[in-house]
Amino acid sequence: MADDKDVLRDVWFGRIPTCFTLNQDEITEREAEPYYLLLPRVSYLTLVTDKVKKHFLKVMRPEDVEEMWFEYEGTPLKWHYPIGVLFDFHASNTVLPWSITVHFKNFPDHDLLHCPSSSVIEAHFMSSIKEADALKHKSQVINDMQKKDHKQLWMGLQNDKFDQFWAMNRKLMEYPTEEGGFRYVPFRIYQTMSDRPFIQKLFRPVSPEGNVLTLGDLLKEMYPAALPNQGEQKRYQVVIHGIEPLLETPLQWLSEHLSHPDNFLHICIIQAPTD
Amino acid sequence: MPVTLLWAVDVYGRVYSLSTVGQQWEQCHDTHIEFKRVTAAQQCCWGIACDNNIYLNVHASDLPIRYQEETYENQRWNPVDGFSDRLLPSDRWQWSDVTGLQHQPLDSFQLPSSSWEWEGDWYVDENFEGEPTEKGGWSYAIDFPATYTNDKKWKSCVRRRRWIRYRRYKAMDSWAKITSEHTTLPDPFSDISCGGWEISEEPRGQLCLWAVSLQGKVWFREGICHHNPEGSKWEEVPLPAEVVQISCGPGDLVWAVLWEGQLIIREGISRDCPRGTSWTVVDPPSPDVGAAHVAVGVNVVWALTKDNKVWFRHGVNSHNPCGSSWISMVGEMIMINIGLNDQVFAISCEDWAVYFRQGVTSSELSGKTWKAISVPRDRDRSNSSASTNSQQSAGCFFCGEVGAQSAVSEMESDTEKGSTDGTSLVPEEETLPGDGEVIGLCASADIPLSQSDGPDDPKWSNVDLAEAQGQQAQTGAPQDSADTCSLSSVATYTLVMEDLYGVDERPLWAWVSGGGCSVNSHSQLTWFNTLVQSVQSLSLSVSPAQTTAWRRQIFEQLGERTRREMDNFRHYEQAIEKSVWLKKGTMQWWRDWKPHKWIDVHFALEQFSGPEGNKDGILFIYYNFYEEKKHCYYCILFFSLLCPNFSQFSLLPITVTILVPVLNDSKHTFGIYTPERTKQRWPIRLAVASELEMHDWLALLSVSCCDSRGIQGPPSHQAIWSITCKGDIFVSEPSAALEAMPYPTPSDQMFWRQVGGHLRVVECNSVGIVWGIGYDHTAWVYTGGYGGGFFQGLASSTDNIYTQTDVKSIYIYENQRWNPVTGYTNRGLPTDRYMWSDASGLHKCTKTNMRPPSPHWTWVSDWAIDYGISGGTDREGWQYAADFPASYHRHKTMKDFVRRRRWARKCKLTTTGPWQEIPPIALSDVTILPCAAQSSVDMVPLWAISNKGDVLCRLGVTSLTPAGSSWLHIGTDQPFKSISIGALSQVWAIARDGSAFYRGSVSPQRPAGGCWYHIPAPAKQKLKQVSVGKTSVYTVDENGNLWYRQGVTPSYPQGSSWEHISNNVRKVSVGPLDQVWIIADKVQGSHSLSCGTVCHRLGIQPMEPKGQSWDYGIGGGWDHITVRGNSMEPPLICLPSRRNPLAPAPQSPCNTEVNSNAA
Repeated sequence: MADDKDVLRDVWFGRIPTCFTLNQDEITEREAEPYYLLLPRVSYLTLVTDKVKKHFLKVMRPEDVEEMWFEYEGTPLKWHYPIGVLFDFHASNTVLPWSITVHFKNFPDHDLLHCPSSSVIEAHFMSSIKEADALKHKSQVINDMQKKDHKQLWMGLQNDKFDQFWAMNRKLMEYPTEEGGFRYVPFRIYQTMSDRPFIQKLFRPVSPEGNVLTLGDLLKEMYPAALPNQGEQKRYQVVIHGIEPLLETPLQWLSEHLSHPDNFLHICIIQAPTD
Repeated sequence: MPVTLLWAVDVYGRVYSLSTVGQQWEQCHDTHIEFKRVTAAQQCCWGIACDNNIYLNVHASDLPIRYQEETYENQRWNPVDGFSDRLLPSDRWQWSDVTGLQHQPLDSFQLPSSSWEWEGDWYVDENFEGEPTEKGGWSYAIDFPATYTNDKKWKSCVRRRRWIRYRRYKAMDSWAKITSEHTTLPDPFSDISCGGWEISEEPRGQLCLWAVSLQGKVWFREGICHHNPEGSKWEEVPLPAEVVQISCGPGDLVWAVLWEGQLIIREGISRDCPRGTSWTVVDPPSPDVGAAHVAVGVNVVWALTKDNKVWFRHGVNSHNPCGSSWISMVGEMIMINIGLNDQVFAISCEDWAVYFRQGVTSSELSGKTWKAISVPRDRDRSNSSASTNSQQSAGCFFCGEVGAQSAVSEMESDTEKGSTDGTSLVPEEETLPGDGEVIGLCASADIPLSQSDGPDDPKWSNVDLAEAQGQQAQTGAPQDSADTCSLSSVATYTLVMEDLYGVDERPLWAWVSGGGCSVNSHSQLTWFNTLVQSVQSLSLSVSPAQTTAWRRQIFEQLGERTRREMDNFRHYEQAIEKSVWLKKGTMQWWRDWKPHKWIDVHFALEQFSGPEGNKDGILFIYYNFYEEKKHCYYCILFFSLLCPNFSQFSLLPITVTILVPVLNDSKHTFGIYTPERTKQRWPIRLAVASELEMHDWLALLSVSCCDSRGIQGPPSHQAIWSITCKGDIFVSEPSAALEAMPYPTPSDQMFWRQVGGHLRVVECNSVGIVWGIGYDHTAWVYTGGYGGGFFQGLASSTDNIYTQTDVKSIYIYENQRWNPVTGYTNRGLPTDRYMWSDASGLHKCTKTNMRPPSPHWTWVSDWAIDYGISGGTDREGWQYAADFPASYHRHKTMKDFVRRRRWARKCKLTTTGPWQEIPPIALSDVTILPCAAQSSVDMVPLWAISNKGDVLCRLGVTSLTPAGSSWLHIGTDQPFKSISIGALSQVWAIARDGSAFYRGSVSPQRPAGGCWYHIPAPAKQKLKQVSVGKTSVYTVDENGNLWYRQGVTPSYPQGSSWEHISNNVRKVSVGPLDQVWIIADKVQGSHSLSCGTVCHRLGIQPMEPKGQSWDYGIGGGWDHITVRGNSMEPPLICLPSRRNPLAPAPQSPCNTEVNSNAA
């Protein structure tokens, strides 16, 4: 009897096997060996790559080292997206492990945010949580929390403490039963077809008539192109945490169970593999 | 909360009922009769019809109402004829009652009314006090009246036998006229009120029915109880003046209104005198306008004056039925009625609608607001169904428009948000300079604007709605859900109302009765908004099913993702290192050796994650010695003793022994058992400052233990369930080696974890069906969840946890000694026990100092004399004895110098757990076929004994619907108390007289079986419990002996004789492998005698089903165990059972290797 709680656990403990290779152009004293790591899908690149940095610094001279950044097949990877989103969006349906190139030079300022320390990640993470709660509860839950509660959320993510994180995050997932869901569902839709980095609009989990709205309803309104036309080959995959939920999945349930720790439901729309 | 009914009569005399989960008034079926007034209890409804007769409508239940008529046939021996019906002139009648005083021939028995029917003909009772008689059911004696014995002796001169015939009440769910039998009533009735069911539990189903006649006389209906629902006769009650209306509450409150406008109160109502003794007059709220109507509950009185004003009587309770003063309330009503839990219903004189008083709680009995019950009647709905449908389809058709409407409300609330939320967001955005992507809210805010071009006239009702919701959310107050529902549905609601009642006229109600309607302030009622709620509940109630396609898809894909992304890469290094995690606290620890005392200790739980992701932990308890802080004395480091390499966290079960009184204040203590401690039957005892802290620690320790053992989620189907004497539920996962031969896992190695809830009995089988019975005999079914109780958050499943309540009685004893001067007084001898004490007499317990067992329990009744104590009592509840402590009896004799009586007070626990109630029948025992796990039986036989002793068979029980659907009643000649069904469908039961019965020919095709075969108990013993495994049948008698049934074979399933196995047994549970587990009564421990210990029978083999010896498990305070789910066959090859704790856990290759290999 699978419990919905198992979904939370599966989501949290999702890992992507990754192979980090140093960029060819970096100047090294000796050849750098690739570094293999299991990256948590729900975390952020710069938060979990201390080991990678240490590994490659061993073969480099300190003066050649600038801020570390990552790139996959020519695309700089935005650290402020969750790792799982980066993978689903750029590298779904490719061979594992995920091969990431590590750079220590030529930071692409126009593509990436700087990340001098983990406090920047923390600030970004907390602002996402607060934004999500503004949508869900008019910020009431997050504002009722104390500073240490906020810290607990962050420490939970930083140290991969599922229990610690969820003991607090549980409160952010509550809603008045009679309303049937959050005020608005915090979501972001990532797609390749436009310049906008992602789609984010207001969307309620329950229709004014009291009907439960689904993932399909959301896409119909936000991004109809993602839905397969009748009788046509599926062109796009709708991927959340590396899986493709059915379009009739209730959005409220998705928001409660498949949101990232930042409390947003990150939905990637990618080209379906042609084969 | 069981489904109950609110009854009402409309102005045309039609009777309707509204279910607490219903959304429409259902018209009563057989209604050629029109009614004036009705008064309801939970089991029935009384009414005065327009033909001025009283009618009774008894609700059908799974338990039939049947009554056993009995009469005795008496015979005397004479030398000529032998035994014959020729008696001496001084003898009793040839046919008589049990005393011999009443002449009772068979044909003198008549059915009391046309609502009854005979079940069969007269027959002879073949059993006498649990023993089968020789022939014809005769028992013998020297003379009448005397002691009768089973066997005929040379001096037996008389004999008698009992004849039995059952009659059954057949007029269920229909209005049966109460014929005015012997007394002809002078004038017709004009008012009627029933109540009084809380006055006494004996006889079962007792009701007080009061009626008022047109001439203002008051009548009381005598003798209403479960097996006589119609009562026996009307008795007139003397009055000070003429009465116009009367109201009787569930308890002892009875008020009536006089013609002159004053009110009178009945006093002296008690268990022995439900009619009361006298009247007291109370003045109406205002002298000018007299009272017109009164309604009473348990602790409330509401009244209406002749100008329709509503009044609440302040200060009413059982001790002060008159109350103190009147308080004026809002509203103008024509009648008012109090339901269960003092909830109030009224009919407004403005619109003749039924109103419900919202917010009535035990602390605020006057409630908050009136709210109209606005559900349609079933007729209305059928009339207007067309319009309802069109409404819904229109909604679908115009979905674009509806969407736009919602956009308007979004826009409205967005602007609001911009002003409030924007400020809190700005600082966070500033910390990310240059991040052009955090456009979030600003970008989205104007999108609805562009969409809202559609409708020209915005629907302002919807905007109001948004504001209303907003306000509600802002205050954050837990409003009544019904309130919010109606608010959120304002817009649609009014439309629908018009629609529904546009066809038919609005219902005009004349009378309402809530006496059978169990709602309280927490009830989620669906009476106030019909359509919107139904739409929501439809769509939401479907989704929790675990089997919905979308949920299955997610589970499957997550599993697939794990295989794809992780299974081949487990040797990779984790990005985030696991660190040690520590929780510290201070507690008090009970030092087991001299000087015995509580010592302040430090308590630290250290948890660390292994490379495999499994968690281990160590628990340290230490105290500082001589204030030398550095000199830490580790008083206990259990786990090092147990497992020197710390690899196993071997904390055994944590059992809670709450509130051990020490000095004045009570401590919150709990015990920790390790295998060593289990052997000693003496846990490590610890105390913390608050209950909250205790629950925190217990939950944490329990989760840590489970983590280290890799146990998570709900118990398996094979799990062994047990219950402590506190009602706490524990569950243990059996290992395959548990029943292995010859070296099973020692019982003290078993790990028990707690599950939320409070039960007295639990029974399970191996397909995961688990039933429990609470202390209040409520039946519960396990929902498949885990946690609940003090397990919060992640230690508890999100679904399947429900509120559970239980009620039990707390007893204290009043002791008195006789002295020649004053008779019995509360002055004892100096050596005597306390005059108010517990059962042992060792502890002083008074009415004022007794507290509920824990803060989770609350008193729900007052102290009352308990007449139900074993041995019987006199009329005042006293039991007499020669001296303390002794055996007590009900009648005073010359030799008795002390007496005692028991006082009971009920307290109620409200907790949570994975249990759902199965109303309405109260049970005392339950058993489930312990089928093997592989079998795919659809229907699982489940038998139970009702609280009254009826044998019941549950229909529709499957592993998917463990609650089943309905009860099938199995006839018996006497009440039963224990039942068990074996793996081959053999049903055994124990009757209240202590004899056993075997049910013949029970099979899947014939689940109720054929007939009962009587099986005498072992000589001079009264059996009390039975358990049947695959082939073994074990029983326990009242003296603690365990008996095995010899000679049971497929062709002769009743067996031949009882074989004594052991004494000192309280309960037995035989599993599907014929494994035998018991609760032993007393087992010697290292420090004390432990009462209630789990024991496992060793050496049971197919050829030796009785086993050889006992292995002792967890103990001290265990009350119940069931192993009937464990059908795991032990491994065939006998491995040494004691696993080497030193065996190293399989290590994963270390990281450097991985990386170099990969390279």
